[in-house]
Amino acid sequence: MTFVLTEDQQMLRDTAMSFARDTLPVTHLRELRDSGANGVDPMAREKLAELGFFGVLIPEEHGGSDFGLVGMGQILEAQGRTLAATPLLQTGVIGASALTLGGSQAQKAEWLAKIAAGEVLTALALDEGAHHNPAGVATEAERDGQGYTLTGAKRYVPDGHQADLFIIAARTHGEPGDSHGISLFLVPKDAVGLSVQALNTVDSHGAAHLSLDGVHVDDAQLLGDADKGLDLVEPVLDRAAIAQACEALGSAQAAFDMTLEYLNTRKQFGQLIGSFQALQHRAAKLFTELEMTRSCVAAALSAVDEKANTISELASLAKARASETVHLVSNECVQMHGGIGMTDAHDSGLYMKRARVQEALYGGASFHRDRYARLNGY
Amino acid sequence: MADGDMQTLEAFRQEARDWLEENCPPSMRTPMKDDEIVWGGRRETFTNPESKLWLERMGEKGWTAPMWPAEYGGGGLTPEENKILQQELRRIKARPPLFSFGLWMFGPALLEFGNEEQKKRFIPDIVKGKTRWCQGYSEPGAGSDLAGLQTRCEDKGDHYLINGQKVWTSYANEADWIFCLVRTDRTKKHEGISFILFDMESEGVEARPIKLISGASPFCETFFTDVKVPKDQLVGEEGQGWTIAKRLLQFERSSISAGGFGGTGGSGILGPEEYAKMHVGTDNEGRVADGDLRGRITDHKMYAKAFSLTVQRSTEQAKAGQEVGHTASILKYGAAKMNQDRHELLIEALGTEGLGWDGEGFEDSAKKATRGWLRSKGNSIEGGTSEINLNVIAKRVLGLKEHQ
Repeated sequence: MTFVLTEDQQMLRDTAMSFARDTLPVTHLRELRDSGANGVDPMAREKLAELGFFGVLIPEEHGGSDFGLVGMGQILEAQGRTLAATPLLQTGVIGASALTLGGSQAQKAEWLAKIAAGEVLTALALDEGAHHNPAGVATEAERDGQGYTLTGAKRYVPDGHQADLFIIAARTHGEPGDSHGISLFLVPKDAVGLSVQALNTVDSHGAAHLSLDGVHVDDAQLLGDADKGLDLVEPVLDRAAIAQACEALGSAQAAFDMTLEYLNTRKQFGQLIGSFQALQHRAAKLFTELEMTRSCVAAALSAVDEKANTISELASLAKARASETVHLVSNECVQMHGGIGMTDAHDSGLYMKRARVQEALYGGASFHRDRYARLNGY
Repeated sequence: MADGDMQTLEAFRQEARDWLEENCPPSMRTPMKDDEIVWGGRRETFTNPESKLWLERMGEKGWTAPMWPAEYGGGGLTPEENKILQQELRRIKARPPLFSFGLWMFGPALLEFGNEEQKKRFIPDIVKGKTRWCQGYSEPGAGSDLAGLQTRCEDKGDHYLINGQKVWTSYANEADWIFCLVRTDRTKKHEGISFILFDMESEGVEARPIKLISGASPFCETFFTDVKVPKDQLVGEEGQGWTIAKRLLQFERSSISAGGFGGTGGSGILGPEEYAKMHVGTDNEGRVADGDLRGRITDHKMYAKAFSLTVQRSTEQAKAGQEVGHTASILKYGAAKMNQDRHELLIEALGTEGLGWDGEGFEDSAKKATRGWLRSKGNSIEGGTSEINLNVIAKRVLGLKEHQ
């Protein structure tokens, strides 16, 4: 495990930080929101592709740089700092990982180069209820000669409103709750019987509900082995959780920095409010939480690149802690800003809204605490 | 790193491994027992004769203080060599040969601020465990406001004369020498403080143990009445004591956080999750049956993991030459919280089994956990209270301003 970035990783981090700051600042998210774009941003997509960010986890033979998750984590942290609405996590982490880890040669050849080039956006359609629950898949995949027919519904699919290609989890065997019997299918957005209901979400990034009404898929669209979809999706979800933790860490750090600046500027009773011990101690505790979460996120990122056997445990540690940290910091950000923090004109509300989405996706703090305990035998 | 360096390091690893194989006695490769901890000094009795052998050999080699300069008896190792030595020590599960405030706190400060004669006089005996040191900092009227200390140190021409009282002096009744903060100038607060060393057997020194809520007495009240101290035992200049004291506190805080207030190796105390399974019971999946308790135990275990990853990160960043002050500052605060939470959970999971005091009817390890729980309450008070630590983070790290 390593906590110090290599020179190349540091360069990528610097590039990503200035890209987020200069090209995708919080004001840009406001513009997207106010223009009704619902998080769909062709400009950002094009720039990400130019910078090669979509291909960071993709092997070189398929047009990527195979740079690793530590590198990808730096980009996502940078995007979290400015609340950037981009398809990088769903496409560059989840889509790229699912195909790299589980795709057949033909599937890799068909999709990976397009993902690396930003030509295809992907979305993982897994959860069907209001809480993350991978084994809870009820959507049915019924055998129909040359393939399957999918019937069911998916809720709050991140990037579902802009994806070109869906990775859909459906049940080929068993009952909801069984971990065996789930299969994954690659389904283009224009498949007959698939309808996408775009959602206006609290964070202005958007998402979609999907409904599958007898969608036919060929055997060639099966990703990985039938019935063993959860085995493939677990490592993908570990990467997704770590990636989401990176983004949340970036947001928490930015909300904290903004709060600190306010504490050192705002005066009441003739004093900087940051000179009041009640606020100093709270700020110091937030800082402590942030630093400890940063260590967990760094450890999880590096575990993936080193193919350590602790990836799942560290993924849950990182996601649980990052969820709690961004929750706490975003709340304190509003509170310490006082009245101005309640206004739409101020950014603190945007951080709090995005925080709740970051927490919920790929399992919140309680989901990952429980998973961590289970992995450790209690 | 160049190939040549790598080869030298690998040669060092082999050398260290061979030496340890030959010199680390068998019982020193077993988990530490509470009554076999060696603090050294004139009064050390060595309940296990192999502890004595191990200390002598390691002390002679300078490996009790691997990175201190060899000219003062230290190991003279580079950070890379020390890393290898520590790996080799862990590999054979070797016990630390010596527990010592001299090694952890006073020695590093003396190497920085002492003169040549003082370093030659005191450092070798710290390395070899021949002198046991105690720390004279807090006073009845100077706790968190340490710089308010009043112990007087008067210049009497050919010697200093010390009068006053210290409190919370760890193991003062067992120590040979004391490093002590005294007031040489009453007209200035911080600049009136000096850092002085003297023998605890000097006339006029008295140490009285203080019984704690845990029943143990690791601390003393220490009284000084007309104690005469030779002038060459002042470290640095008169009035420089506060600077030295602050530096030494950094060593103290980092040793507390690195050691995490002492592990439970060899004490037989299990983790809270084990006690919970034992005394609360398990569900049909073999997990702790009480979901609420399980959740709080998990919360703590994750905090502990995050803490140890932060210690690792801070160490790695230091090695890479990166600024670590920011990371290190949170460690003392975090270590105290972690240890207190752990003990609260131990006691809660033990239920009434954790409410024994002494005598028959309770497991020894459970009684130790109970005493440990009471002792842990001091973790957020000693070495700078958690509140003082939060002040330090707020002002020095976050740059928040003083109240006007």
